[in-house]
Amino acid sequence: MSTIPGLVRPAPAANDLTKPFWDACNERRLVLQICTDCEMLQYPPAPRCNKCGSADKLDWREVQGKGHIDVYLVIRDSRIKGFQGAQPINFAVITLDEDPGINFLSNLPGTPPGEVPVGAPVELIFEETSTGQMVHEWQVIT
Amino acid sequence: MASDTGWMRDREGMGIWEHRGKVAIVGWGQSHMDRRWDGVTMDRSCGGLAKEACLKAIADAGLSLDDIDGLITSAETRAEQTWAPRPYFDPPYDTEDGLIKASAEWVQHEVGFKNVKYFKSDSPYIGPMMGQAAQAVGDGLCETALVWYPMVNLDGRYGHNNPQNSNQEAPGNSAFTLPWGYQAGAMFNNLVIFQQYCKKYGKSHDGLAPLCLNLRRNGLMTPWGYYAMHEPHQITTEEYLNGRLIEEPLVVFDCDRPVNTCAAFVFTTAERAKDLRQKPVYVLNHAQNNGSGRSTMATLEEHQQAVASLARKMWEGSGLGPNDVDIFNPYDGYLTFTQQFLEGFQWHGVKLGEAHDFYADDIRVEGPHPFLSSGGNNGTGRTRSALFSDSLQQLRGTAGARQVTVRAETALAGCNTPDSCGFIMLSKDPS
Repeated sequence: MSTIPGLVRPAPAANDLTKPFWDACNERRLVLQICTDCEMLQYPPAPRCNKCGSADKLDWREVQGKGHIDVYLVIRDSRIKGFQGAQPINFAVITLDEDPGINFLSNLPGTPPGEVPVGAPVELIFEETSTGQMVHEWQVIT
Repeated sequence: MASDTGWMRDREGMGIWEHRGKVAIVGWGQSHMDRRWDGVTMDRSCGGLAKEACLKAIADAGLSLDDIDGLITSAETRAEQTWAPRPYFDPPYDTEDGLIKASAEWVQHEVGFKNVKYFKSDSPYIGPMMGQAAQAVGDGLCETALVWYPMVNLDGRYGHNNPQNSNQEAPGNSAFTLPWGYQAGAMFNNLVIFQQYCKKYGKSHDGLAPLCLNLRRNGLMTPWGYYAMHEPHQITTEEYLNGRLIEEPLVVFDCDRPVNTCAAFVFTTAERAKDLRQKPVYVLNHAQNNGSGRSTMATLEEHQQAVASLARKMWEGSGLGPNDVDIFNPYDGYLTFTQQFLEGFQWHGVKLGEAHDFYADDIRVEGPHPFLSSGGNNGTGRTRSALFSDSLQQLRGTAGARQVTVRAETALAGCNTPDSCGFIMLSKDPS
């Protein structure tokens, strides 16, 4: 379960395309698609390379899990039921250090709502959802 | 030829639009507007309002039902609330058709059109749909097209009983957004981009206050608009800044208000338009964006590039440039993204990072920079059509209290978001 009080995250449901990603999360690893022709990472997973369109050159590559906080907002009035008990709650955009063109969402567990240090470094953590599926999260490096 | 997305002008390098000045808008009709349908009054249902708007548009053009040979609409009516198991009514309100949408076939049957040869019920939202209608008439798929766009708001708090928002699982692509609280729609990503904008250019949320106030002011000069009809109150800066937080810093006044209404327009050939009741307003071009970002969230740079490309497509196809646009009505459904259009089209010389300073200057309709003279969706309710109807009225000279005092010979209008939108260029002069 999330370490953020009151938060019940909708649990990711894997499909054929995304199963390797979510399986890796359950092993506490973050893997991204990479086109072996273009040498370009992509996230979220897609059936084809976003750059060259190739479907058969996509592979998975583990990344280090280091990033920075780009910007954030604070969810105050969510339509999503699982978030309504956790409001206010941070919603941040994290850029990946290995490729800042890749970004992730984060609720920044451990950072009080609205007290987000924009530009600060963050590291990868994992949180469990209601089905047991792990999701990737990010935490400010203190 | 018009087919699926093949009709779109969504690529640079397509040249002058082949039907430039050969298609005109000759009619407009606006239905009654309520905050929500009461679930009882059938004349005020989606279908009832669509009929009202369509008949008004045809009358405005001075046409008869038999003159209409094309029917074009969209099912993207933003009817967020679910209602299942839905209590249906007697025919023709015994299915979803007429309640959350009003298809071409439904309207044909209920209004009694006899000469329709072109039906289109799955057009995208109104931005691209206006371009699709112009293209259909230009391509000869029909000579006179009736186009209507309902916005549907049913009982219940908007979006809160959408099943997706109470699912315990996040399927498909939503698995990469929903577990962190991302809501589908334009709100989150465009707010993220707004935050990037503020960070890059040293701006803040309160820079949107002058725009919000002026939109309400223009909206109160729109007699059929939501606020003029139902809440005739001029918002103050203090009210705006203390607005209820939705997703901080976004406040409720940054969001256009869902309403229940419909607007309709009549498109025909320039030749046919010559002898009709209204002076024609010609279409010089239409252009669309269908982009997406590289990663989970599209970025400020991606949206700026998207609008820059949209502008190039519009200039290329219309033969006009930034200094030629008199009336400018881009979407304001969230005030957080409107500046992308203003800066990307460089209306009145506004450059990247300058929008908030422009808002703080004189943007009243009486002044030199009458931005969003329609009052937009923030000032009139979320019709999306007000962007187009005001453009039409300004060029006709019939905008009443909102009539601008600067030149009004060309107009550019469109929606929705910078990366996904359709715009249309209108002119009093076909050449």
